[in-house]
Parts: sequence; structure tokens; C-alpha cells
Amino acid sequence: MPDAARDDAAPLLSVQAVRKAFGAHVVLDDVSLDVHRHQVVALIGASGSGKSTLLRCIDLLEDVDDGVIELEGRDITDPRLDADAARARIGMVFQSYNLFPHRRVLDNLTLAPRLVRRTPRAEAEERARTALDRVGLARKADAFPDQLSGGEQQRVAIARALVMEPAILLLDEVTSALDPELVGEVLELLADLKRSGMTMLLATHEMGFAREVADEVCFLHAGQVHERGPAHQVLGDPRRERTREFLRRVTG
Amino acid sequence: MTTDPATSAVPGASAWRPSERQQERDAYRRGRTRRSFAVAAVSTVALAAVAVAGLVSSPGWPRVKASFLDPEVARASLPAVLDGLWLNVRVMAVSAVVIVVVALLLALARTLPGPVFFPVRALATAYVDVFRGLPLILVLLLVGFGLPGLRLTGVPTSAVVLGGLALVLTYSAYVAEVFRAGIESVHPSQVAAARALGLSRGQSLRHVVLPQAVRRVVPPLLNDLVALSKDSGLISILGAIDAVRAAQIETARYANFTPYVVAGLLFVALTIPLTRLTDALARRSGWLGAQSAATGGGAAR
Repeated sequence: MPDAARDDAAPLLSVQAVRKAFGAHVVLDDVSLDVHRHQVVALIGASGSGKSTLLRCIDLLEDVDDGVIELEGRDITDPRLDADAARARIGMVFQSYNLFPHRRVLDNLTLAPRLVRRTPRAEAEERARTALDRVGLARKADAFPDQLSGGEQQRVAIARALVMEPAILLLDEVTSALDPELVGEVLELLADLKRSGMTMLLATHEMGFAREVADEVCFLHAGQVHERGPAHQVLGDPRRERTREFLRRVTG
Repeated sequence: MTTDPATSAVPGASAWRPSERQQERDAYRRGRTRRSFAVAAVSTVALAAVAVAGLVSSPGWPRVKASFLDPEVARASLPAVLDGLWLNVRVMAVSAVVIVVVALLLALARTLPGPVFFPVRALATAYVDVFRGLPLILVLLLVGFGLPGLRLTGVPTSAVVLGGLALVLTYSAYVAEVFRAGIESVHPSQVAAARALGLSRGQSLRHVVLPQAVRRVVPPLLNDLVALSKDSGLISILGAIDAVRAAQIETARYANFTPYVVAGLLFVALTIPLTRLTDALARRSGWLGAQSAATGGGAAR
């Protein structure tokens, strides 16, 4: 198993037959999905189709009811495994940013490196400033989150995930809470991350963006991967009726 | 959120059976739970044993036991102390209602806007400042012995009423601050939405802000109620025969301190249900808060 992590042909993230129910409501029912290194996979589907739940299960914010999630060849859903260590390898960006409002932007970025990685403050701050520079917000290091626009807050949230140098970045409808004119700056940043080789799994309603940036698109329906394939194929020439219907509805 | 296979095997999820791997995981988790229960049980018993052993082996234990834990005296003094406790309960219940009303008025007075209401605001603020700063026992003494001393007609002379008044004066100041914190915690956008619909300032306060504020401050309010139930014992210093006073009398009668222990146990028994209720409410609202923040309005229902 550990050798598989070295093998570039093996998927970085492998979701196998994952099931998750909340009470009687089965949200994920036998979901399987692979993400390879440097690949960008977009999850699409109606609200309630389980996109967020899948991302939350992968980040171990929810326990799966069944199935396996492997990261770099290791089963992270094994209850014997240190979930915090696994989460530290995975970056997560939320729909509503979830920045810590009581801390300055820079401190939002240095919190995890200092507490989890035990990085000395000076080094953590230097890296945080580099990450802020990368998302174009170096001048906002000393601002508080509520002094920033939504787009800036989301870019800070992305930078906060990036300073941990995650193996994969999970993005949960990161532009849904943004004003239309602020969506562009965040999507541009994600496209830039893709060019730098970041592996990403993103739930999105932005079909245009998915087509442009994603290597693969996964359509979730009724708790299952209903159709998956290259972005241009799933979005341009879907094989299955449900997918066509969904795309007609969202693209109008 | 660990899911027990029994609960996830709900109707509607009929076809699904946990895989072997999942069954093994569930068994592992159950094992961990059992283990932590066992560790907790053993450490609790060990700690209790050490405490009891330490107490019983202390040189003065036989004498303390005879003068504080005499079952005969306990049985004999129980009716009188219970009678006294009934007075505490009544004082507490009546004061609690008055406190909530007065405190709410004080809190509202402090939120009145504009220069017109400056005297009202200033008065309410001064009241809260004074009575939050004064020790309750001083208020009790001043009210209990000072008010009747004025010899005004209509001023009550009963120790119970005066004691209750002192409790109301002090606790209103505390509870008013709890209410005010609640009112100020409601986001201004709620008032904006209410005013935008044409509601007046008063209507917004009454129908939009206060219901949310009150819900938020229920746990701290219950906390103050628990404190009140104990402090109702202080009216004994004015001569009212409550549980504390009754215990004092019984102690003198039997030349034995056991009635104090009886009164103490009764007060604890009285406040435990209140404390549990506070915990339950706090947990519920805490859980709700954590849950909605966790899903972040995402697709997870």
C-alpha cells in the first residue's frame, strides 16, 4: 500500500463505495471517484445532491457510514488513523469563507502552521505573506476579515488553506456567496492554482468555469455519480438524460 | 457523529447492509467507547475511594461525624427544615417573576434612543451600577432594617416581604444586564428588515428583537435563577424562618450541626434540576449553533 503513494499512476485521492446518511435521508449512496495528481475534478449537481457532504466526508468533517477514502494510498476513513493529521494534508475552502473574525488576516494564515506544524512565528508569518502575495492580498495582512470584500475574504480563505501545503484542495461552492463582480477574481485565482499544478476537487455551480478549468466533471444525482468524464464531454455532450436535464435547467 | 448500524438501518434504507470493513470499524469504535467508559468508571471509583478514605482516616473524623452527620438528628430536624425550604421556594418563585419583569423594563429603558429619554436611560444605568455593586447582604440589611425604620404607612414590616424586596432590587440589576446583552446581540440587520416592512421601533423591538434576544439569554437567566434559589436563604438574617433559619433553630435544639447539612442537601436537591435544565438548554442551542455553522448553508440538508 505505501508504495502506491509513490506511484504516479495511482490516484492521489480515491473514494470507494462511500455511503453517508443523515437519519433516514441517504445523501451519498455508493459514491466512487478518483482524483489524480495535478488533476482538477468538478462536482456538479442540484442542491442537495451531496456535493458538500462528499467534500466534508473526504475532509473527515463527517464520518462515512460505509466505504473507503484513500489519500496517497492510505485509508483515512480508518478510525484507528489520526484524523487531524489527515485533515492537515487536505485543504478545504468553504462556501461562506469561515475566516476567524477575531483574528487579523495574517493570523488567520499563521494559526494552523504554528499550532499544527509548530512552525516558529517569524517563519510562519513569512510564508503567510508569500501566500497572501500569491492571492494578491499582501497589503491586507493586518486587516480584520470583516474589513474585506467577500471576494477578498474568499481569497484569504484559499491562502489559509494553501499555507498548509495540502496534497489536495477541496473547494465547496466557493463563489456561491459572492457578488457577481467578485466571482471573477476568485475563479481567476483557481485557474492560476491549476496552472501551478495544484490538485483540486471542487463543487461548483459555475458551469462555464468547470468547462474551462476542470479536467473531469462528475455529475452527482440521487447520491451517486450519475455521469463522469472529460469536462467538454459531460458539459457539452452528456450521455445521460438526467445530466442533460440538469444542464438545461442551470444554463437556462 | 458516529453512526450506530442499528439507527442507520432505517426503513427506506432497506437494501443497505454495512460492509464487512464497516462492521469491523463499528466494532472497533464500540470497543473504544467501552474502553473509555471503563477508564472513566474506574478512575471515578478510585477518586471517590481516596476522598472517602482521606476523610474517614482524619483524626477528628469521629467527632465531626457525630456532630454533623447524626442520622437521628437529621430525621428529627427534617420536617422543620423542609417547612423552611417551602418558604424559600415561594420567595424564589415570586421574586423570580418580579425580577424578570423589572429587569426587562430596565434593559429596555437603557436601549431607548434620543436625547428625550436621557433621564430614563441615566436613571436605569445608575440603578444597575448601584445595585450590581452593592453586596446583597448589605442591601438586605439596609432594606430589612432601614425601610421599616422610616415608619411610613404602607411600608411592609414582614421580614419575608422585605427580604424578597432586597433580592428583587439586587437581582434585577444583574438580570437587566443579561437582557441588555441579549438585545444587543441581535444583529442590526434584523431591525433593518423589520423597519423596512414598516414596523415602528417599538414593534420591531417587541416582535423581532426581543423574541430572539430572550431565546439567546435563557441559559444565563436560568443560571441567575439557580443563584437566586440559594441566595433566598439570606433572608434568614432578617428573621424569616426559611430553611437556613430553621436549621439554625434545630441546631440549637439538638446541640448538633446535622440540620445544617440537611438544609444544604435540600438546597442542592432544589438546584440540581435547574442546573440540569440550564445544561440541556445550553447544549441544545450550542448544538444547533455548531450544526448550522458546520454545514455552512451547504447542500448537507
